[in-house]
Amino acid sequence: MKTLIKNGTVYLAGKFRKQDIFLDGTQIRNVSSKLDVKAVEVIDATGLHVFPGFVDIHAHLRDPGHTYKEDIVSGTKAAAHGGITSVCAMPNTDPVVDNIASVDYVQRRAKDLGSCKVYVIGAMTKKSEGLEISEMATMKSDGIVAVSDDGQCVQDAKIMLNCIRYAQNFDLPVIVHPEDYSLSGKGQIHSGKVSTKLGLPGINALAEEIIIMRDIMLAESTGARLHIAHISTAKSIELVRDAKKRGVRVTCEVTPHHLLLTDEACIGFDTNTKMKPPLRSEKDRQACIQALIDGTIDCIATDHAPHADFEKIKEFDHAPFGIIGFETAFVALYHHLVKPGIVSLERIIEAYSLAPARILGLPNNEIKKGNAADLTIVDLNGESTIDEDFILSKSKNTPWMGHTFSGRIKYAIVDGRTTFVDQ
Amino acid sequence: MSVTPQFLGRNVFDLDDYSRAEILYILEAAKGMKEINLREYKKIPTLRGKTICTLFVEDSTRTRMSFELAANRLSADVVSFQATVSSLQKGESLQDTVYTLGAMGIDLYCIRHSSPGSPQLVHKYSGKPVINGGDGRHAHPTQALLDIFSIWEKLGSLDGLKITIVGDILNSRVVRSNLIGMKKLGAEVTVCGPRTLMPSGMEEVYGCKVEYNLPRALKDADVVMGLRMQMERMTDGLFPSLEEYSKHYVLSKDTIKYAKKDALIMHPGPMNRGVEILPEIADGKQSIIVEQVANGVAIRMALMFLILGGKA
Repeated sequence: MKTLIKNGTVYLAGKFRKQDIFLDGTQIRNVSSKLDVKAVEVIDATGLHVFPGFVDIHAHLRDPGHTYKEDIVSGTKAAAHGGITSVCAMPNTDPVVDNIASVDYVQRRAKDLGSCKVYVIGAMTKKSEGLEISEMATMKSDGIVAVSDDGQCVQDAKIMLNCIRYAQNFDLPVIVHPEDYSLSGKGQIHSGKVSTKLGLPGINALAEEIIIMRDIMLAESTGARLHIAHISTAKSIELVRDAKKRGVRVTCEVTPHHLLLTDEACIGFDTNTKMKPPLRSEKDRQACIQALIDGTIDCIATDHAPHADFEKIKEFDHAPFGIIGFETAFVALYHHLVKPGIVSLERIIEAYSLAPARILGLPNNEIKKGNAADLTIVDLNGESTIDEDFILSKSKNTPWMGHTFSGRIKYAIVDGRTTFVDQ
Repeated sequence: MSVTPQFLGRNVFDLDDYSRAEILYILEAAKGMKEINLREYKKIPTLRGKTICTLFVEDSTRTRMSFELAANRLSADVVSFQATVSSLQKGESLQDTVYTLGAMGIDLYCIRHSSPGSPQLVHKYSGKPVINGGDGRHAHPTQALLDIFSIWEKLGSLDGLKITIVGDILNSRVVRSNLIGMKKLGAEVTVCGPRTLMPSGMEEVYGCKVEYNLPRALKDADVVMGLRMQMERMTDGLFPSLEEYSKHYVLSKDTIKYAKKDALIMHPGPMNRGVEILPEIADGKQSIIVEQVANGVAIRMALMFLILGGKA
């Protein structure tokens, strides 16, 4: 399969340039200002932007076990619709991905039926119970790219230390969902003025910060790599900033919702504003934006967490935590951060395409000769209205239902194959 | 009494949605209802043919009785749904419960639920007006209105009054709704309790004062309200013992002397005598605790009357 993408504004080495891109098979064959080749397919990208495909290193595909919420087919379709070409699947499925049979299942389903690449994150402890180290080396030989007990934060510091050291032994990044359960308890939303007013139990910011502090110290003492999932408070960012200055090998990600929403969104009891970590204060949100700009935050990840309608329509404190994110991430960020001039488009591409691949050691996905043809083509002058028809995910749990964002994904291309096209 | 159209079909989720003038209007209406309750034949035909449902997903015999009496005295038909004996325990969702009840032709729901925001859900699924009878620790507007009514009836106005509320502020929906209403009517409110039972940002959210020391909190108060201290808070690790709590926060002759000499003493009930309030105060001359209960029926009658557009 040969494809020529003509006349697009292409993200190359940190800059946008008018270029043609020639895709041959699964690879980028040539990038140049004027290409005239015989291609089977020609994509006229005049007026469109071409980015290295987005890489989402934090997502829940719910397959196996919770396929009424999402499965690998619907999840990767939704990802492609959001311009994502690679997804890292968290292991908190049923059964938990803590063994090679489960790793194989996810990889094979994704390879056969997926609309984007799926990399598997293995459980850090068996069944993510936080007690015994999983067979992470075996899983690594089968292809996992990191280990995590996402959503089941290991509470015992000694076990966490052992996990970090063992993972270090096999050069596996450890991803931590920082949450001290004794502090978060029955909390529903961020502990602050809004939780006080709504009478909902609060989740103290300290629940996140104390675990980040602990794990930074564990990483520092061992020299191991640590990736912090969905950072959300100003103090957490300060801890990471200081650690990086000291040379600790720590990276972190932020979600679009923590960059764009605050706990004020919870007024009205919309359960699609309920997730972990919770939406924080405006001060925290501003700190996240600044940290994304200055590089303290390394990358953007969606934490796509589908839940069925019948689960989310419940009373606020009975509804599950989590929102979907694949299909809103780029357009929401473009609309609220790039268009008003708060964050540059280049920085978003860096943090949502290139940095995540680097952090987990995935193949380099810059647009250049010889790299895999993983591309996203976007119409920045178009718009996207988030409604039931727009969302391809099985679940519709988004706080942005009914919103219209500037920007529209036109194509997603994975290994030279068009996996999404806006008809 | 003529029905002002702005009440027709409205929800009572909390007092945020009601202006000072509207709250005063409700108090006036409740005054009329109170007169009915003092008659020998305590019933008027105004809501004949209307059906009111008390939907209680959390136990509360007193509040449910108060709502049901209010509805009965206005001649509405009342049906009662209690989760303890109902399908909600078999796993039916609140949505399905409300759809089922709606099919039976309910005109107004009075709901008590442990989840904040559940009255909003009942309204969303039923399309009918909802009176919040207490949702978790979020709001309890009818309790606040009856508390405010009790003060207003005795003192004529809340403007400039110093009101002190003492106890488990963290877990109290009564405090939250009272703060909104009392501030709208011009009172200065101080909340008092140990730090572990005080939610963050109270001053900013409600414009109240926060005190951790009882004598200081009570200084020059015109009205003092005690709150029920629940045993569960002790097992939650928020304070060590009822005895120690009582030593520092009980309303007694010794502590109440810091308030104004004739300060009103209130409590939303049920009381833990000897824990947050001593009998000498609860049953004393200044106490209006029993009257609060009577006023509750009048306030709930007034709201039902105004929302369902009863004919005078």
